[in-house]
Amino acid sequence: MTSGAVTALEVLDPGLLTLVEDLGRPGWAHVGVGRAGAADAAALRLANRLVANDEGAAGLEVLLGGLRVRAVGDVTVAIAGAPGPAWLDDRPVGRAAVLEIRSGTVLRLGPVTSGLRAYVAVRGGIDVPAVLGSRSTDQLAGVGPEPVRTGDVLAVGPAPRSWPVVDLAPLREPPSRVELPVVAGPHADWFEDVLAGLRAGEWHVTPATNRVAVRLTGPALTRTAAATGRELPSEGLVPGAVQVPPDGQPVVFGVDHPVTGGYPVVAVLRRYAHGRLAQVRPGDRVSFVRG
Amino acid sequence: MTDARAPRVVPYGDDAVLVELAGLAEVRALDDAVRAARAWDPDAAVVVDQVPAARTLLLRVREGADPRGLPVERWWAGRSAPAAEAERPEVVLAVDYDGPDLAEVARLTRLTADEVVARHTGARYTVAFGGFMAGFAYLVGLDPALRVPRLDSPRERVPAGSVAIADEFSAVYPAATPGGWRLLGRCEETLFDVDRDPPALLQPGTRVRFTSS
Repeated sequence: MTSGAVTALEVLDPGLLTLVEDLGRPGWAHVGVGRAGAADAAALRLANRLVANDEGAAGLEVLLGGLRVRAVGDVTVAIAGAPGPAWLDDRPVGRAAVLEIRSGTVLRLGPVTSGLRAYVAVRGGIDVPAVLGSRSTDQLAGVGPEPVRTGDVLAVGPAPRSWPVVDLAPLREPPSRVELPVVAGPHADWFEDVLAGLRAGEWHVTPATNRVAVRLTGPALTRTAAATGRELPSEGLVPGAVQVPPDGQPVVFGVDHPVTGGYPVVAVLRRYAHGRLAQVRPGDRVSFVRG
Repeated sequence: MTDARAPRVVPYGDDAVLVELAGLAEVRALDDAVRAARAWDPDAAVVVDQVPAARTLLLRVREGADPRGLPVERWWAGRSAPAAEAERPEVVLAVDYDGPDLAEVARLTRLTADEVVARHTGARYTVAFGGFMAGFAYLVGLDPALRVPRLDSPRERVPAGSVAIADEFSAVYPAATPGGWRLLGRCEETLFDVDRDPPALLQPGTRVRFTSS
């Protein structure tokens, strides 16, 4: 490749929803803009490491698969996150592997076989303009790049100086039943032994689940007599906060969470499990465990 | 000597603590103290986000740092007196007081529409905190005579620039959104623009006045 040559990914089909995400946009919560970033940050980091990018380079977050892109110029990519088949033209290729793609070749992600979100990192990163220091789409705040559309030509940034050092990364298959490790949140004492209640319950992921929050249904959590009817002035939120609105059904906030919330937060997901939360599907059963 | 208004630091997961405070003035003071400390205090350099609210200040630290080690009590002890208030930036917003709820607010407050406008423009406001949407600022300082409840059912669409009141707060909607506050008028100012520095016109601590245009 000569210097100055354009490399890009031309979007033939974004699938259900494909977003540009990096590791997010810290520092703006006080003016109403949250962190956003890849929902499964560990998966984006892995894909970036494989192509020798900075771990925080912007990649594509692909909901349920279905993305088709054509290489404009030769590019190097890696796919991580939710498992599923992928092809270069008609040739099957592996996940979590370094894939060299010749100009004109089409990369296609089939439907994911478990989990929710696959990630495509490209050597050099997706080079859309940064907004407030990040290339992440925040679907709640409406900040950052628009969702990827058919016909978009996503520029690829300059390749980093280092080269990939491994061809692939071994991966465990995701567990069939997701465990969410939590610690007590600031308002745990508003509820009757709430951590035990969370651990004992059988929780299912509802269809009202997205990057903002994972909403669960199960046995309603009940407040103590003293906290019944108590109002909470809005407070800052974090990703992984487990909030219980008046119906007693927990909501676990994701990366596009509102910056503040007005219902008690009874528990907080451990950071190492944020990626698991990003991969639960509506209908999945999840359980809470001691974090 | 024990400080009855001393902050209480509550653990909030791996990356944050929630500091509970007596009220808005204490939140403002500690929020300012932490922001100032981030410029020089190495212990504050790990703070990447601070989210003031009505009675709490959320402090988020960078990944891998331990939020339980934050010397919140030291920052609280070193906070400045609110005398610095006059040095804060002031924003003056020109408003067309032709909002759809002006007559209803006048009825609820037993004032005339002109008196509502006079009291809204007569007050001096401070941004207490943000939230709800990008660039939205909760302004305190509203004339108590103008305290009205939110609408029983929110409007599906509040136009950008709408100047509104609800409970003890006033605000300007930065962009069109569903909303339940009562609309007194409109202002032309751009409240939030990602290409401007700073992007939010109204930040926690900013003083605000409204004038009738």
